[in-house]
Amino acid sequence: MSAIRYHLLHDTIYRYTHPVSESRQMIRLSPRILEGQRCLSHRLQIDPLPSRSEDWADSFGNLVRTIDLESSHEHLLIRAESWVELTPPEHTEFDASPTWEHVRDTLAYRAGRALSPEILAASPFCFESPHIRLKREFAAYALKVFTPGRPLLAGVQDLMARIFNEFTFDPEATDVATPVTAVFAKRRGVCQDLSHVMISCLRSIGLAARYVSGYLLTLPPPGKPRLVGADATHAWVSVFCPGAGWFDFDPTNNTTPRLEHITVGWGRDFADVSPVRGVILGAGSHTLDISVTVVPESEFSLIYENGTSIDLMT
Amino acid sequence: MPTLLDTYSSPAGRHDELLDDGGTVRSQWRPLIARLEGLGLDGICARAQLVSDSIFSDGISYNVHAEDHEAPHAWELDPLPLVIAPEEWKYLASAVAQRASMLNAMLGDLYGPQHLLAEGLLPSALVFGQPSFKWPCVGIRPPGDVFLNTYAVDVARGPNGKWWAIADHTQSPAGAGYSLQNRIILSKTFPDAFRQLQVQPLADFFRTLLDGFSRLAPTDGEPPLIVLLTPGPGHESYFEHAFLARYLGYPLVEGRDLTVRDNTVYLKTLRGLRRIHGIFRRLQSDLCDPLELRADSAVGVPGLLAAARAGRVLISNALGSGVLESGAIFGFLPGIAERLLSEPLAMPSVASWWCGEAAALDHVIEHLDELVIKPAFSDMGQPAVFGHNLSGAERDEMIAKLRAQPHAYVAQEWIPMSQAPVWGGNGLQARTVGLRLFAVATGNGYTVMPGALGRVAASPHQEILSMPRGGISKDVWVRASSPVRRVSLLKRRLGVIDLVCGGTDVPSRVGDNLFWLGRYTERSEATARLLRATLSRLSTGDNDDESSLPDLLAACHHMDILAQAPESDATDDAIEKDVIAAVCDPTQIGSLANMSQQLVYSAGQVRERMSSDNWHALNRMSRLFDQPFQSVGQALAAVDRTMLDCISLAGFALDDMTRDEGWRFLILGRRIERLYRLAALIEVVLGYDDDARERSLEWLLETTNAIVTYRARYRRSPEVLPVLHLLIFDDTNPHAVVFQINQLDIELDRISRDVGHPRVDALSVMRTALNQFDLTRFEADDTREACHALAAVLAKIAGDTSALSENLHERYFTHTAPDVRKH
Repeated sequence: MSAIRYHLLHDTIYRYTHPVSESRQMIRLSPRILEGQRCLSHRLQIDPLPSRSEDWADSFGNLVRTIDLESSHEHLLIRAESWVELTPPEHTEFDASPTWEHVRDTLAYRAGRALSPEILAASPFCFESPHIRLKREFAAYALKVFTPGRPLLAGVQDLMARIFNEFTFDPEATDVATPVTAVFAKRRGVCQDLSHVMISCLRSIGLAARYVSGYLLTLPPPGKPRLVGADATHAWVSVFCPGAGWFDFDPTNNTTPRLEHITVGWGRDFADVSPVRGVILGAGSHTLDISVTVVPESEFSLIYENGTSIDLMT
Repeated sequence: MPTLLDTYSSPAGRHDELLDDGGTVRSQWRPLIARLEGLGLDGICARAQLVSDSIFSDGISYNVHAEDHEAPHAWELDPLPLVIAPEEWKYLASAVAQRASMLNAMLGDLYGPQHLLAEGLLPSALVFGQPSFKWPCVGIRPPGDVFLNTYAVDVARGPNGKWWAIADHTQSPAGAGYSLQNRIILSKTFPDAFRQLQVQPLADFFRTLLDGFSRLAPTDGEPPLIVLLTPGPGHESYFEHAFLARYLGYPLVEGRDLTVRDNTVYLKTLRGLRRIHGIFRRLQSDLCDPLELRADSAVGVPGLLAAARAGRVLISNALGSGVLESGAIFGFLPGIAERLLSEPLAMPSVASWWCGEAAALDHVIEHLDELVIKPAFSDMGQPAVFGHNLSGAERDEMIAKLRAQPHAYVAQEWIPMSQAPVWGGNGLQARTVGLRLFAVATGNGYTVMPGALGRVAASPHQEILSMPRGGISKDVWVRASSPVRRVSLLKRRLGVIDLVCGGTDVPSRVGDNLFWLGRYTERSEATARLLRATLSRLSTGDNDDESSLPDLLAACHHMDILAQAPESDATDDAIEKDVIAAVCDPTQIGSLANMSQQLVYSAGQVRERMSSDNWHALNRMSRLFDQPFQSVGQALAAVDRTMLDCISLAGFALDDMTRDEGWRFLILGRRIERLYRLAALIEVVLGYDDDARERSLEWLLETTNAIVTYRARYRRSPEVLPVLHLLIFDDTNPHAVVFQINQLDIELDRISRDVGHPRVDALSVMRTALNQFDLTRFEADDTREACHALAAVLAKIAGDTSALSENLHERYFTHTAPDVRKH
C-alpha cells in the first residue's frame, strides 16, 4: 500500500447570547508531523480577527495557537484546514514483543538506576492524570488478558478487543465530565471514554499509555454520498514498548490504526489535548457547533465542487 | 504560694524546651522566667489579658471553616514566647537556608533538564504522578532562576533534642504575617524582657523580601509595581493577606483586578491599565490561570502562565512549585543534596519510606505498628493513619491498599515531639510544640527569618499541630549574642507625606460594583414605586372601566417587572398572584426580590466601603423576602419597606461616602438607571391610545415621584402637556429626563478630568433632540402625532443610555474600549 492524502476541514463556531468583550483561546488543531504522517499544508482561520495570536508547542510537543480577542464580538469561528499524507507503518509482529512484565519492570523505579531517554520520555504516561485513575478494578480487568509472560503488544491487542466487545458505544451515556470509573461501571461511552478506560487499565498494571487525539476517516452509509461535516474528532490509545517506540490501538473500532487515523496531538488524557479551550469575559451563555470533514484526495473534487478552500501544496 | 515553676511538669520521654534533664531552667530562658516570677501569677494573668485584648482590637482572625457566613475565628496566641539560644539558631538558620537552596535547585531541575529523574535519584512517580506537578510550567525559567522566592518548613525536636524537618511549604507558604503580628503584640506585652533578652528583630527579613522582589521583577526600567494576589475575603488566611499587603506596601488584589494583554499583566484601575511587574501570590498554582490550569477557577487570571512563559512577570513562588510538598520525597533528599549542592543535608527529614520501592514496602508492612501511613499524592485527601491504631480487618485492608497501589503511600516514623510551657490561666502547662520557619531568597542563597510561627497542640495529649484544627500559636524569640538595632517597616507615626486624600488607583472592580450598586438601588426604588401603584389599585378592588389597572399592568410588563403580559380575561385572583410574584419571587428576573438580591450582592463586593448604617439597611433588605407572601397587604408592606431602604441608601451615598472616583461611579449608575427608566416608562405611556394615556397620567406622576409638584403647580387633574413638561423638560425637577442628562454631563466631565480619559460624549445628541422638540405640537386637537414623535425621541434616549452604560463598562471596568491606553 502506498501513501494516501487527506483533506481535513474542522469548523468550531461559538455563538454568544450576549456580546463578549474579551476572550482568550488555546487552539490545538494543527496535525503533528510524525514518522508516517506529513502535514502538507495547514491553515487556521479565525473570525473575528484576533488582536493577537501566538504559535507555540506545549510540553508534549503539540502545536498550539493562542489567540486574544479584545473587542466586543458575538460569535467566534475557528476553521482549521489541512492536507495530510499518511504512509503505512511497517508490519509489527505483536507476539514477538517483550513480555508485559519486562516492560513494567523496565518502567518501574529502582533506586539509583538511571533512566534511558526513551524511558524518561515514557514516564509521564504511567500515572494518574485528570481523567485517568489507577485502581485495583482496572488492574484486575487488565490482568484477565495480561496473563503471565504474555507479549506486551499481544496483551494490549487483547485488552482492546475485550473493551470493544464488552463496552457499548453510546453518546448519550456520558459527557466530558463523566469520571472514568463511572464509564467503567456503566460499560458505555464514546471514543474518549473507551480510550480513558483502556489507558487506566494499562497504567494500573504499570505500563505507559497516552491519549491520542485526531481524526478518523469514516465511510458514508452504503449507497450514500460523502457529506461535508459528517465526521467527528476521534481519540485512541498509544502504548509504549521499550526499544520499539509507541504503538497505536483504537478500542472504539478494535483496530490498530494504519491509514485511516490522522493524529493531531497527544497527552496524558483528553485534558492535555482539548482542541479548543478558552476563557471569555462576558455575561450570558453560548451555543457551540462543530463540523468535521475528512476527505481522501481522490474524492476531494467531488465534495468541494466549487473549487478548493485551500490549495494542495506539493 | 507556689512559684511559677512549681506549676510546670513535663511528661517523660520527651525533650523539654524550658527545663534540662536535671530540671533546671535552660540558660536562654532564665531572664524571661525571672521576669515572669517577678510579675507573679496575677501579673501574668493581666499580661495574658493584654494579649487577647490586642488580638481583639486588631481584628486578627483565622477563618477555621472559611465560609462566608461563618464568623472569623479569633487568632490564638499564647502569652509566653518560646526562647531559642543563639548557637542553636545558627544551626537551624543554616540548615533551613540549605534546604531552601536544595528545593529551589530541585524545581529548576524538574521543570528543566530532569537530571534527578534520569539518574534515578528521584522516582518519576513522585513528580509526574503528583497533581501539583504542572505540565504547562515545564520549560519556564522564572526571573533569576528563582522558583522559591519564599519557603517555609515545619520542624520539631525529637527526644534527644535533635531537630527534624516535618513538612515543606513550597507553594505559597502561609504564616509569616501571623508571626509578625504575634511579635508586635508580645514585644508590647513584655517590653523589658524583650529588650533584656536581645531578641532578634523580624523587620530585616521582610526588607530582604521586598528587595528580592524588586530586584528580580522584570521591570524594563519602570519602578516595580508588585501586588499581593489573594483568593478573597473567604480564604482562611485573608487576615494575613491584608496584613502583609499593608506591611509590605503592596496593593491587595483579586484575580478579577488583573488582566493579561500582550503577555503582560495589568492592574485594572479606573484610571486605566497599570503594568504589574511582580505577583506575590497567596493562591495555589492550580487556581492561578483558568486557561491553562484548572478551568473552573474563578479567582485566577487568564493568560498568567503565558506572561510567566514570556518572562514578563515575577510570580512568587513560581507556578508549579507545590510539587515538592509531599513527604514521599523525604527519603531521596540526602542523595539529592549531594548531587545538587555537593554537600550533605544538614537537617534530617522525619524518616520516611515511599512504598513504591519494593524493599520499602516490605519494611513498612513489617513495621506497620510503628509508622504513620500518609498519601504520597496531594489530591488523595486521605488523613494520616497511625499503624498502631489499626487492628483486624482495618489492618488487612490497609495492607491490601499498600500492596495494590504502593506508589501512592508513604510511611513515616512517629517522633515524640518536644514540650514547651504555655500559659494555662493559673500556671504553666506542657504542650507539644513545633515551629514553622520562613526563608526568603537573597541574591545569593536564602536568609531565614530569626523567629518562627510556634504552633502548640490545642490540648495536653494532642500530637497534631494545625491551625485549622484549632491550635494555639506562639511567638518565637531568637536571642542575639550582641545588642540589636530596632527597626520596623511600620512607621511609628504618620507624617504629612503619608496623608491620603481621596483614593488613588481605585481598582476597576470597585468602580464596577459601585456603578451597579447605584443602578440596582435606583432600579429597586423605581420598581417598588410601580408595584406600589399597582398593588394599591388591586387592593381597592376598583375594577370598573375607568380603572387604570390594565395600563399599569401593561407598563409593568414593558418594564420587565411582570413576567407575562396580562391577559384581558385574567381573573382578579390570577392578576393578584402575578403581581405578588413580581414582588417576592427571587427566582423571577426583574422581580423586586430579585433586584434586592442583586443590590445586596453588589454591595457585598464593596463591603469595605459601606458604613455599618448601610449594612443595617442592606441586611434588612436581604431578609425581607425570606418568606413568600400570601396577601396584597403583605406585599404592599414589603414594597414600602424596600422603598424606604432604597431612599436611605441614596441618602447615605450623598451624605456619608467620600467623594472619590469610586463614588462618582455610584452616582453615574443611579443617574443612568433613572434616565433609562424614565425615558422607557414615558415612552410606554405615550404609546397608549388616547383614553388609556389620559387615565395613566395620574399613576405616571405618582410613580415618578412628581405628583406633589404637579398639584402644587397646576392645582387641577393631570393633562398631557404639563405632565410631559414636568417629567421630561423641566430641569429643576430631579425626576425629569433633562435633569438626569445635565447631572450626567457634570459627572462625566468630572470623571474624565480626574482619570484622564477622553470625554464619553453621548449626551449632547440627547439634549439637542429634546431642545428641538416643539412642545406646541401638543396644543393641537389630535395629539397622536406629537405623542408618536416624542415617543421616538425617548426610545432613542433609552437606547443611547444603554449604549452609554456599555461604553463606560468597556472604558473603565474591562478596559476593552478600542482606544484604551496602557501605562
